[in-house]
Amino acid sequence: MQAGSMRYSQEGMATVPNKATAGKASDQGFVYLPLIVGWLVPGAGHFLIGKWVRGLLIAASIVCMFALGLAMHGKLYTSAQDILDLLGLVGDLGNGLMYFVGRALGLGAAPVQVTTADYGTKFIVVAGLLNVIAAVDAHNLRTGRKES
Amino acid sequence: MFRPSHFLAVLLFALFASTVFGITQRETPRRMFRYGSYCFALFVGSAIVLSWVMYFIAP
Repeated sequence: MQAGSMRYSQEGMATVPNKATAGKASDQGFVYLPLIVGWLVPGAGHFLIGKWVRGLLIAASIVCMFALGLAMHGKLYTSAQDILDLLGLVGDLGNGLMYFVGRALGLGAAPVQVTTADYGTKFIVVAGLLNVIAAVDAHNLRTGRKES
Repeated sequence: MFRPSHFLAVLLFALFASTVFGITQRETPRRMFRYGSYCFALFVGSAIVLSWVMYFIAP
């Protein structure tokens, strides 16, 4: 099949690797720093590589989602009694320092008594998952896998 | 305690998730905005459609 007849194109998608840039970036120190910092503090991975606006939007989205989840009396998973709890705990851990600070302050420990508390629990889990996506994006920017 | 309506919860969820999706899945600001808007519309639209489906199949 000729390339010109293809109807599908990956142009503009974030998954197209850039090998030349990747090789160049790999010589510039510890490339996992944005990944780790981005996981610990939402948006900080993008701040590290100079993407200030993106980092700010990511931080605002994830912190607001986590805070609203707690404000709705959502639960912070503390242990895994079954597979669903385990998945919830993994999602919560994606929030990085916010999760550990929340646990230390005793937040999210009250029993669920209202319908919105269940939404809050989901808000917290999804905030963690979004934070992992954002941290991986910062890592991809750092290594050159994502161009800009 | 924050007690939003179901629809407000959907709007907030869609807004935050779409923002992160747009930024992380596209490369240029214009494409990020378009993809984020697309995700937001799909989140909210699918929630409304599924809500009506559940309304009609409820006993």
